[in-house]
Amino acid sequence: MKDRTKYFAYPYVLWIIIFIVFPSFLVLLYSMTTKESNGLTTIQFTLENFKKFFNPLYINILWDSIYLAAISTVICLLLGYPAAYIISKAHLSKRNTLLFLCILPMWMNMLLRTYAWMTILGNNGIINNLLSFLGLPTFNMLYTRGATVMGMVYNFLPFMILPVYTALSKMDIGILEAADDLGANKYVKFRKIILPLSMPGVISGIIMVFMPAVSTFIIPQLLGGNKNMMIGNLIEKLFILNGDWNFGSSISIIMMIIILIAMSIMNKFDVDKEGGARLW
Amino acid sequence: MDNAIIQLNNITKKFDGEIVLDDINLSVKKNEFVTLLGPSGCGKTTTLRIIGGFETPDEGEVYFDGNLINDVPPFKRQLNTVFQKYALFPHMNVFENIAFGLRINKMDEKLITNKVEKMLELFNLKNYGKRRIDQLSGGQQQRIAIARALVNEPKVLLLDEPLGALDLKLRKEMQHELKAMQKQIGITFIYVTHDQEEALTMSDTIVVMNDGIIQQMGTPIDIYNEPENAFVADFIGESNILNGVMHDDYLVEFLGKKFDCVDIGFGRGEEVDVVIRPEDLDLTPKGEGKLEGVVKSVTFKGVHYEMDIMVNDYEFLVHSTDMAPVGETVGLTLTPDDIHIMEKGD
Ligand SMILES: Nc1ncnc2c1ncn2[C@@H]1O[C@H](COP(=O)(O)OP(=O)(O)O)[C@@H](O)[C@H]1O
Ligand SMILES: [Mg+2]
Repeated sequence: MKDRTKYFAYPYVLWIIIFIVFPSFLVLLYSMTTKESNGLTTIQFTLENFKKFFNPLYINILWDSIYLAAISTVICLLLGYPAAYIISKAHLSKRNTLLFLCILPMWMNMLLRTYAWMTILGNNGIINNLLSFLGLPTFNMLYTRGATVMGMVYNFLPFMILPVYTALSKMDIGILEAADDLGANKYVKFRKIILPLSMPGVISGIIMVFMPAVSTFIIPQLLGGNKNMMIGNLIEKLFILNGDWNFGSSISIIMMIIILIAMSIMNKFDVDKEGGARLW
Repeated sequence: MDNAIIQLNNITKKFDGEIVLDDINLSVKKNEFVTLLGPSGCGKTTTLRIIGGFETPDEGEVYFDGNLINDVPPFKRQLNTVFQKYALFPHMNVFENIAFGLRINKMDEKLITNKVEKMLELFNLKNYGKRRIDQLSGGQQQRIAIARALVNEPKVLLLDEPLGALDLKLRKEMQHELKAMQKQIGITFIYVTHDQEEALTMSDTIVVMNDGIIQQMGTPIDIYNEPENAFVADFIGESNILNGVMHDDYLVEFLGKKFDCVDIGFGRGEEVDVVIRPEDLDLTPKGEGKLEGVVKSVTFKGVHYEMDIMVNDYEFLVHSTDMAPVGETVGLTLTPDDIHIMEKGD
């Protein structure tokens, strides 16, 4: 008998081709051709766009983006893991409310959320108003690297909490009781059982936070200002302001390669081949 | 009671208002092999979990070696558990699983290796130390769960149906192995099973439970020969349970006939359960037995025959090395010793 179920996959395959493969191919094509090629007859291949990137000016922006994204990811982990742990330990009736509260901000447009932070951090913003009201010195908080990191942490924290929570709440209570039974106090139990068993969730969380963080351009633009450019801003600028689609594409391709490498390294750490709470 | 290592006093436990354990009193001596025996859902696991500290009783006291331990958390209790669902650590290999308790006690690394290797050997898992848990069969996992608990040489080992996943041959072997180990190392075992044969062969003391109540406590021989009520008689082995009436001390009537028996202390005319073991009934030629019936079925069981014999409207189960063909009328005899009189259960 012929297996007909494979036909059900066709619309999905078509979707992938139109919206993922084809655009990616175009980006790749742009990255490898000259600006002058504007038709099949005039197409000219070159590696110039990639070479251009290896300029301290751009490399520094790349490193800086990775650095800021890494810091945001670490902060998300430090805040998100305990939050996920507390939620997973909460009474069943409270658990869903807490989870809901974590996800709630995601229902609002990211641009709006980030604008909101501008009014909080600004020179005449809520915090500084409060400080001067209390007679304390005010700070310049907006348009700093700190503001960028804060914006990223705020926006991407749920992506850390959810996979870690999933891993923690799926943990077999019997295994924890066995650790108790064998004499493990709560610190030992956490270090030797809970933490290693929640690693798949942690790794998913790291990937899910780091990826959007490293390539975001709205957050550094709104909260970081012009001085604190990230790689996403550079790409955006090249496309929109300079109209240099070829160079912009080559940077996008370099970013894609870096993210792929980072992801495969992270997955190497994932010891639980059973799946755990892996999202990738 | 001074050499009791575990003592439960008036333990009552409710789940969602439902009584699961009802006034359990139990005393376990040092180095004793005690088995909690009863049908599924009767509260065996709950009793074990209360001893292990994973459930708190609603009422009653738990004593360990004379000390009240109601409020002592599980990790501080000097006993180990073999869980019904193994609960092995999936992220550690076999060696690390077994070594877990020893490492927590900060034992010397050489000694740990030594002890774990010995356990692996004992449980026929010699070259399995490096294996991942999910690469093992259910039977192997179960043995590792036992090894992981036993390696700590606790004063008391709690075992919750530890041989449930093994096939018959391996189960028999492990029963023997566990019993020998228990005697040799000198550990108190509190063992849970719903398999009466396992309980009879392994235990020093059997505690028969039903519906959260202890039905009877005693040596395997006592329990088998002197069941205190029809539930125990029926659960411990196949039994014929008939309605009877006590006429006097030493005299009971059932199936319309009066029989001499060895029981006293019942009221005159009191209705009772009469329990007769299948192997206690002897076949005689027609007309020579006190009871007479027709053979309904015969099955050869290797050593004996198993027969259903219809007497009036009661179908007797008879185990005998003699045999009569289906349809034949035979007589049945029994001695006063073979008749066990019990108060009617509700
Ligand atoms: N955590 C629990 N919550 C509610 N009911 C429970 C819980 N644990 C056990 N029970 C109930 O208590 C009774 C006894 O269970 P258990 O001790 O596991 O029986 P056994 O081990 O003899 O099969 C069962 O009716 C079971 O459904
Ligand atoms: Mg059970």
